[in-house]
Amino acid sequence: MTSMTANASPHERIALTVGPVLYHWPRAALMRFYADLADSPADTVVLGEVVCARRRELRLDDWIGLARELVQAGKDVVLAAQALVETEADLRLLEHQGEQAEFAVEAADASALQLLAGRVPLVLGPHLNIYSRAALVEHAGLGATRWVAPVELALDAIALVNPPADRVCTPAGDPIATEVWAFGRVPLSFSARCFTARHHGLAKDQCGFRCLADADGLAMHSSDGQPFLVLNGTQTQSAALQCLLGEAAALRDAGAQRVRLSPCAQGFGEVLRDFDAVLNGRAPAPLALARWPGLGVPVPFSNGYAHRRPGMEWSPS
Amino acid sequence: MIDHPPRVPKLVCPAGSLRALQCAVDAGADAVYLGLKDATNARNFAGMNFDDGQIRAGVAHAHARGAEVLMALNTFADARDPQPWFRAADKAVALGADALIVADSAVMAWCRDHHPQLRLHLSVQASATTHAAIEFYRERYGIRRAVLPRVLTIQQVAQVARNTAVELEVFGFGSLCVMVEGRCTLSSWVTGQSPNNAGVCSPAAAVRWTDRPDGGVDARLNDVLIDRYAPTEARGYPTLCKGRFMVEGRREYALEEPTSLNTLALIPQLMDIGISAIKIEGRQRSAAYVEQVTRVWRGAIDRAAADRAHYGVTPAEAAALARHAEGQQHTLGAYERPWR
Repeated sequence: MTSMTANASPHERIALTVGPVLYHWPRAALMRFYADLADSPADTVVLGEVVCARRRELRLDDWIGLARELVQAGKDVVLAAQALVETEADLRLLEHQGEQAEFAVEAADASALQLLAGRVPLVLGPHLNIYSRAALVEHAGLGATRWVAPVELALDAIALVNPPADRVCTPAGDPIATEVWAFGRVPLSFSARCFTARHHGLAKDQCGFRCLADADGLAMHSSDGQPFLVLNGTQTQSAALQCLLGEAAALRDAGAQRVRLSPCAQGFGEVLRDFDAVLNGRAPAPLALARWPGLGVPVPFSNGYAHRRPGMEWSPS
Repeated sequence: MIDHPPRVPKLVCPAGSLRALQCAVDAGADAVYLGLKDATNARNFAGMNFDDGQIRAGVAHAHARGAEVLMALNTFADARDPQPWFRAADKAVALGADALIVADSAVMAWCRDHHPQLRLHLSVQASATTHAAIEFYRERYGIRRAVLPRVLTIQQVAQVARNTAVELEVFGFGSLCVMVEGRCTLSSWVTGQSPNNAGVCSPAAAVRWTDRPDGGVDARLNDVLIDRYAPTEARGYPTLCKGRFMVEGRREYALEEPTSLNTLALIPQLMDIGISAIKIEGRQRSAAYVEQVTRVWRGAIDRAAADRAHYGVTPAEAAALARHAEGQQHTLGAYERPWR
């Protein structure tokens, strides 16, 4: 696990976390993606199916096998809990995630907190509603090592929830690290309903796994042609990719010791290298941003949430 | 496994104003729920909700008639100044509210530490979809009742009930969120304001109607076209998830059609499961809505309690609720889940 210090100095490395793959990629594509990550500048990799219990290209044992390989490659690995926990089978999966002792688990709802706290180290995932310092203090007591801020929380609020100079600590006295969503389509909502199946006129239980065809989600435009949202099964994402590549100073001021990069189907390796070069080196952000579309990285970009604006807005820095 | 005895669920009705509160109580509500005139509750709309004097008057009116007053404090405390949330909890105690409806662990901790006698109900905005999640909040904050998200099927509701000692409340009637409550930031993506951070969804201040040359109308939230109406089409409020959008070249209600939840026909099943309370949505609706919907539900619950075997929804009840249903449509919603 990356070491944490009480103060983020301007030169401290910002660690790179690769978030869970949120789309339904075939097994071979997932294996290729993670094999490529082994030689990437990623520090931490979050593994697991977060969106839909019906997607089973990899089972828990497969994820754990993959996790061990990534550890061999020098990566810190966290298992991801499912975001919407509804059924007894969903609860059993959480139980199994709590039975292994090798990896921390990223909790996404109170079911995970209840079943995993005290059993495995916890990461407080972006889907938990932690909007204030008092709320983070409540969750720190559960054995959490790290907090991924909710996507709609502005950087000024993140700085207040877990200030770089006065971090919330666990009962053992360890400061909690802050992670900020810095790249990728933003998961904006969850439903029990599958919108991909609905679009194809299929029932959720007989969906035919049509979402396998949408490597970056199924685009949804407004009636006048504006790219707006993306359907990803039971999850609805933004069409724009939140991108804080040009905000290294603001991220450090907010106490972000890590950034989360959410995988896309094309060009993600380059995105990782560019984030490392820009946040932790001297490379200029605009060059990278101009280059990404040519690599197949989806567009447009946004950074409104970071600045207490509508999330979809983009102001180049 | 916990065996809840069949019980007659309490009828919990919305009060966006003192007038609505009085109408609900007089029409037979067992409890009403209300919020303050600020961002501490999830119906933070201009021109509605309660100041201190109105709460006092409402509590007096309800208590004199044997009804309870529940105060919704179900948004998430602002990192810049969480004090209004804590003061609202203090106020609920001082003004005699019977329970607080809460979603934020910060607020629950405040209540646990400062008002241990205050009854806490877990808001639907806390998104507790399983008995494990409910147990999390019971063990740590002593919640006495949980309001279940509308995404669950009735089988899942029964499963939760079998595994928790906490009272359960389900939605019975009103607007339907297709997304899990407390886990949707679609509104702030477009407007900066969401149910969690501001107590609003698709806020009116961001709505823009534009006439088109063909006589039709465009409905926008900020700059995003949510729906486009032909000249003769009925127009609805542009709630973000209820608009028409293009997917693979086809224009459709990609997320949700305008529909209302209605579980009136399910009352006997909800009683068998041991549901403690049924909630009517709509603090933003008129006092007349509250009065009429409360009256229908009071009558139906009483009839089911008296003779469950012969219970059925009457045509008059169906017609009365249809008049108030958004999009003039009815659905049993996720509780039946025809789309599963």
